[in-house]
Order: sequence, then structure tokens, then C-alpha cells
Amino acid sequence: MAFNVTQIREDFPILKREVNGKPLVYLDNAATSQKPKQVIDSIVDYYSLYNSNIHRGVHTLSQEATDAYEASRKKIQKHFNISRSHEVIFTSGTTHGINLVANGFTSFLKEGDEVLVSAMEHHSNIVPWQMLCERSGAVMKVIPMSEEGTLLLDEYDQLLSDRTKLVFVNHISNSLGTINPVDIIIEKAHQVGAAVLVDGAQSCSHIKPDLQALDVDFYVTSAHKMCGPTGIGMLYGKESWLQKLPPYQGGGEMIAEVTFEKTTFADLPHKFEAGTPNIAGGIAFGTAIDYLNEIGFNAIAGHEQELLTYATEELLKVPGLKIYGTGREKTSVISFNLEDIHPYDVGTILDKLGIAVRTGHHCTQPIMDFYKIPGTVRASFAFYNTKEEVDILVEGVRKAQMMLS
Amino acid sequence: MSIAEIQEELIDEFSLFDDWMDKYEHLIGLGKSLPLIDPALKTDDRIIKGCQSKVWLHAAMENDKLIFTADSDAIITKGIIAVLVRVFSGQSPEEIVKANTDFIDQIGLKEHLSPTRANGLVSMIKQMKLYAIAFQAQLKK
Repeated sequence: MAFNVTQIREDFPILKREVNGKPLVYLDNAATSQKPKQVIDSIVDYYSLYNSNIHRGVHTLSQEATDAYEASRKKIQKHFNISRSHEVIFTSGTTHGINLVANGFTSFLKEGDEVLVSAMEHHSNIVPWQMLCERSGAVMKVIPMSEEGTLLLDEYDQLLSDRTKLVFVNHISNSLGTINPVDIIIEKAHQVGAAVLVDGAQSCSHIKPDLQALDVDFYVTSAHKMCGPTGIGMLYGKESWLQKLPPYQGGGEMIAEVTFEKTTFADLPHKFEAGTPNIAGGIAFGTAIDYLNEIGFNAIAGHEQELLTYATEELLKVPGLKIYGTGREKTSVISFNLEDIHPYDVGTILDKLGIAVRTGHHCTQPIMDFYKIPGTVRASFAFYNTKEEVDILVEGVRKAQMMLS
Repeated sequence: MSIAEIQEELIDEFSLFDDWMDKYEHLIGLGKSLPLIDPALKTDDRIIKGCQSKVWLHAAMENDKLIFTADSDAIITKGIIAVLVRVFSGQSPEEIVKANTDFIDQIGLKEHLSPTRANGLVSMIKQMKLYAIAFQAQLKK
């Protein structure tokens, strides 16, 4: 099926609305994506037709809900090329997945062990590990980055040693758009016996990672960045690791047998899925994956790269505009500033023009410190954005510059 | 002019513009005309917490009146603080403490600011009133 953006936009009811009297131009996709009607319908269908608790009911509705929820797990398994469906753990999102792993590693680390983090991580992929280091006595070291916003792999080599136990890095940077060479990072970490967690919050809307080929130990992502609902995400872990990790939360669903003396835990994946999950979210996550695959990730990437190239060229024509994150391998995220103008002011004027962008530090204060700036304006494009919207953005930026300087 | 009179003046001024872009333009103009603050006063302890952009606020007493000077690294924020400086600077601490700030809603400022900026605005007013309370206490000693 040929890629037809006009037709695709018909799937997204929200794209028809107006903001401040202007047609919405939604360019905050790195924060969250919009939802197609297929995904919205699957949530409505669940609550209208077969809402019930899963995994334990004897009745028909419960069976239907369980089937749909587990079918979604299988869709995720297939999508990410994961070898076993019980290696897919439903979480509330990326942050939850990271915390689950960080918590589990407490007893595996000892004083003097080292963990490596990249210089371009989201706070969610820094803070849980800092807490882990405080608990365990391990030391955190930082893989530095270049002015272009790419990781310095030579420095990474220097940092790796037999003391390294864990490496955590994002697949794609949320504030720069840089695609990190996670395959190389994983291979090198494995050579010294370290485990790797890849934060895929930003990647899964743009590319389709093959987790077996990557040989990654843990991979986490959120459904809401990829046309799914908020409050649901995935943790992939290699079976061997998931067997070793202790449960994160105790409760129903995650047990095999409970007496007051001792509890034995359920098998994977339920060991990590305490309590009634976000059932509607889990099911709709599967629908979102189906939706994206129907469009096709090659078509998505092709269109987004076209938008990225066009927007980069057009924005750079604005005098005094600087783009942060200029690596060769990057996705459709453009972080920029106008000379002598605060990003927050630019974002405010753009909002009045109906253009939604993000301003601020994007939960990556270390990157802002690196560039010595208070923040950036970030325009992030999805496959449903158009070149016309890029034109509106550029015109808005010019107008903001005129008003603010 | 009294605080109430200045507030009336501001309401009139902003009502001249129908379009919110024009109101913003006016706000930006007010920000640009805010007198420069002594750079030595732009210290971290004078930064108002709760704003996404930085706002520095300084207060000093001159002949029983409170004089505010301020600055911000974002121009729209600077416009907002300029409005507040115009209302409160040169008034007695007592007047500042008891002043109501309904004019902000009447101008429509709050509803047209992003939530973070609206919070910042509340923090600015709070800080100005806190200064006034502090100087009022000093005067009574």
C-alpha cells in the first residue's frame, strides 16, 4: 500500500481540532503521539463489550479479556522478534521498567562495581540507577558525547572494564534525536560481562528493533509514544535475567502459593505483574502495534526522514537559529534555539499560532548543561505530519523571532 | 497614582487589543521597557522559585515606599513582571499587602498563560507581597 499522509491523517480525530483559533499543528510527538481511531475504538470496545478481570475468572467475559490481553503480549513478542512471550513483561511504561530492573540489581552489585550511563539520558534513565548506586555502593560513570550530540565510543572503550556490571543507554535521544549505535554498545559490554538495558521510549515509534539480533539484556518502552495509550509499556528481559531478578512488587497475580510462612512466586511473566493490570491499555497497545505495522516501518521512516531533511533545511534558513543534535544518524526530532531568545518565549508564541512544540530541558538537564543553555525548543515529527506543517512551523518561528527580538 | 488606579489603567490599555497576538506584543514591549536591574543584584537568592524561566526580583525602601526592580531571561516573563512592577513599585508596604490582584483576571493574563507561566505569575505576586510584609514589620519596629 502506498504511503498516503492525507489518508493517514483521517485516522486521527484530534488532528482536526483547532487551537487558539488555528488548525492544530502537533509537533510534540516525542512527548507523546496522537492516537488513531483504531486504538481509541479498541479501548471503547473493551469497556463496552468484554470488560472483566483477567487470568482468574471462570466466566466467558474473563476468558475473552484474558485472550485479548495475552494476544497483545504475543503481538509485542512478534513485533520485537522476542523468542519467548514470557520475556515480555507489561509495565506502566518505560520508567516503571527501568525501576523494576534497577531495583532487582540491588543484590547483584557490590561496592566498587561500576555502571555506565550515556551523557544523553532522560532523567528516568539516570535517577533509578543513582538510587541503585546509593543502595549498593556501585559507582556511576558517564559515556561522554561530542558537540554534535553523538556518543564518543573511544571513551566508552576506555570506561569498560571487568568492574563494569551494567550499561544503560537510550536507543534514540529524546532531546537530540540521535540514534545511538546500541548494537556496538551491547557487543562491547558483553565482552566484559556487563548487562545492557536499552531505553527504547523514543525509538519504537520510528524503527522496529529486532531484540534477538541486538542480543540486548533488557529493553524498555512505552505504548503512548507509539500511538498506544498512556500507562502501559513493555519490559523485555532475557529469560535468564528475569529468572534471576527478584519480584519488584508483591501482590495478587504474581504468586504461586501463599501461606503466612512463605510465598512462592508465579512463573514468568506473572512474577513481575502484581495486581490487576491496565487491561484496556495492554489490549490497545497490541492494536497500536498492528496499526503501525499496517502502515509499515519502512514507509514511516521514509516519510519522517523526508520531513526531517526538509524541516532542517528550512529552519536553518532562519538567521540566528541553531540546531542541537546534528549527528548523521538521527530521527525526526529537531531541538533548536533562536539567538538571544528564550526557548520558552518561542514556544509561547508558537502555541498562540496553534503549533504544539515542547520547550525546556526535556528532562535531560545534563545535555542542557553540556551546551550551557537553559533549554531548547523541540519540534518532533511523526508519520502523520506534513511538509505544509513544517512550513507553518518555520513561518511561526520567523514570526516569533520578529516579535521577540 | 494608587494601586487601584494603575490597575484600571492597565485593564484599559490591554482592552485596546482584540487579538491575543497584539496583547502579547504589548506585553513584550512592556518587558523591553522595564528599567535594567543592577547586574550585581541578579544573584541566585533573588530568583523566584516556580518559574520555568529565571526571574530576579529585588526590593528596597525609599522614603517609606517600596521600590521593586526585576529582570528575567525570557522576554514574555519580563513583560509580566514589568506589569507587576508598574502596579506595586513606589507604593507603601501596607498598600501592597492589602492590594487585591483581580486585575490580572480582568486583563485575561492568567487564562492566556501556559499553566507553568501562570504558576510563575502567582509566585511573583506572592514574593512581592512577602517583601511588603517584611518591610512593614521593619517599619513598625
